[in-house]
Amino acid sequence: MRLSPSRRKPHPDSFAIALLRAVLACTVFVAMAQTDLLFAQTDTESGWFNADRTQALVLGIVLTGAILLYVVLAASGRPLFIRKIAGLETVEEAVGRATEMGKPILYVPGLNDMDEVQTIASMNLLGHLATIIAGYDSRLHVPVRKSLVMSVARETVQQSYLSAGRPDAYQEDDIHYVSDAQFAYAAAVDGIIVRERPAACFYLGGFYAESLILAETGNSIGAIQIAGTARPPQLPFFVAACDYTLIGEELFAASAYLSKEPRMLGSLKGQDAGKGIAIVFILAGSALATLESVTGNETVREVSQIVLWLFR
Amino acid sequence: MRRKIPLIITFIIGVVLVTGYFVTRGPFNTLYESFSDYFAIITVFAFILGGGSLLKIHLKRVSNRSTDWPYSVVTLAGFLVTLVIGLFKVGNPDGMGGEILAAGSWLRFLFDGVYNPLSATMFSLLAFFVASASYRAFRARTKEATILLSAAMVILLGRTPVGAWLTAWMPEILGFLELPNLANWIMAWPNTAGQRAIMIGIALGVIATSLRIILGIERNYLGRRE
Repeated sequence: MRLSPSRRKPHPDSFAIALLRAVLACTVFVAMAQTDLLFAQTDTESGWFNADRTQALVLGIVLTGAILLYVVLAASGRPLFIRKIAGLETVEEAVGRATEMGKPILYVPGLNDMDEVQTIASMNLLGHLATIIAGYDSRLHVPVRKSLVMSVARETVQQSYLSAGRPDAYQEDDIHYVSDAQFAYAAAVDGIIVRERPAACFYLGGFYAESLILAETGNSIGAIQIAGTARPPQLPFFVAACDYTLIGEELFAASAYLSKEPRMLGSLKGQDAGKGIAIVFILAGSALATLESVTGNETVREVSQIVLWLFR
Repeated sequence: MRRKIPLIITFIIGVVLVTGYFVTRGPFNTLYESFSDYFAIITVFAFILGGGSLLKIHLKRVSNRSTDWPYSVVTLAGFLVTLVIGLFKVGNPDGMGGEILAAGSWLRFLFDGVYNPLSATMFSLLAFFVASASYRAFRARTKEATILLSAAMVILLGRTPVGAWLTAWMPEILGFLELPNLANWIMAWPNTAGQRAIMIGIALGVIATSLRIILGIERNYLGRRE
C-alpha cells in the first residue's frame, strides 16, 4: 500500500525515542572504550576504533542528533523561527536592480574545486539565485576557476532556468572556465567587471588573497556586492569592500534560507541548537576552570577534566 | 532514477567516509586518500572540458568580432603557445624525456619570465586595494567604525618600531599600555575570541551542510531533475 505523504513522515516522538537510543548506544560505546577489545590507541592498532577520536564521535553524535531532531520537527509542520540574514534578504533587490539597469549579474564561486564544502554550498546558492534571475529575465555571468565547478554550475543553472519556466533564456557560454592560476583568474574576473560593469556581484565560496582585488574592483564600478566565505582571514576584506557579507556559517545557511523548504530550515535551527550546546560547554568549562583554580576541589577538577577532554 | 542513483551513491560514500575517520584498519582508514586520488584523476579529465570551453568562447568572440575581441586573441595565443610548448616539450634541452620545467627550457622561460611576473603584478595591486578599502572602512562615522579605527591604529603602530618608541617613556607599572603590548593583547584576546566564534559557526555549518547532502535533503548541486 502506498502511504500518503503525511503518513510517510516520521513522528517527532518516535524520532526522539530513536535519538535517545542513539545517545544511549553512544554512551555504551564510550564506556566500552575502557576495554582493549574494540578500541585502540593509534600507535597500538589492536582494535578497530581509533580511541583518539572518541571526543569527535561523541560531539558528532550530539550535534548530528540536534540537527536531525530539528529537521524532523520542521518536517512535521512545527513552525520554526529563523533569524533574518540581511545579505540574503537583499538578493532579490540586487537582481531586480540589475534587471532595471539592463546589466548582467556576476557570480564568482571562489577558487576551490568541488571537493570543498564551500564550493558545494556556493553551487546550491547559485541554483536559487539562478531561479530568481531566470524569473527576472536578467543575464547571469559565472566565470569559474575549475572545470568540474563549471560542469556542476552549468547543470545547476540549467535546472534552475528549467524550473523557472525559462529554458530558452539559459546560455551555456555564460558559465565558462577561465584559468586554474589564482591571479590569472583574478585578472580575468577584474577584466569582466570593468568591461561589462555588472549591476550586482556575488562572491560566494572559498577565497584567498584575490578576495580584495575582486571586491574592490566591483566596488569601484558601484555594483551591489554580496560576499560570503568560510575563510576567516578573507572576511575583513569582504566586510570592507562589499555591501553585505555572509560570515562563515551564513554561507552554509544561505541555500536553506532561500529555499524556505521546512527540512532545510530545520537543519538551520539544528545548527543554532549546536551553537547553544557549544555556548553551554564554553561557559561550563570556564566556570569549572575558575572554580578549580580558586577552590582546588578534587571533584570540580575531575568534572573540569571531562569537559576539557571533550574539546581536546 | 537519474537523480536517485547519485543520491544513493552520495549517501553510501558519505557514511563510509565518516566511518573511515573513526576506524583504524583498512580499507576504511585509507578510503579518504583513495577518494582524493580518484578525484584528482577525474579533475585531470575535466580539464579537457575547461580547455574546450575556453577555446570555444574565445574563438567565437574572434570570429564574430565581438566587443573587445583582441583580448580573446591574446588569451588564445597564450593558451595555445603554453599548451603546445608544455605538451611537446618544445625547446626542452633534454627533449621529450626531460623534466617539464627543466632549466633552460622554453616552458621554464614562460613560467619565470611571463607567468610569475604577471602573477606578482596582480598580487602587488593588493597594496593599493588595501589602502582604498582601509580608507573606507576606517572612517569614524559610527561607533563600531570608530572602535575599528582605534584598534587598527593600535595594531598598526604596535607592530612597528615607531609604536614602541612612542610609548617607551611609560613607567613599568603602566607597561601593559605600551603600544606593542596593547597590539599583542588585541590580537591574542578579542581577535582570537572573534575568530574562534566564527570557526565554531563554520564547523557547525559544515556538519549541517554535509548532513543535508548525505541525507539527500539538499539536492540543488545535482542539477537536472528526472
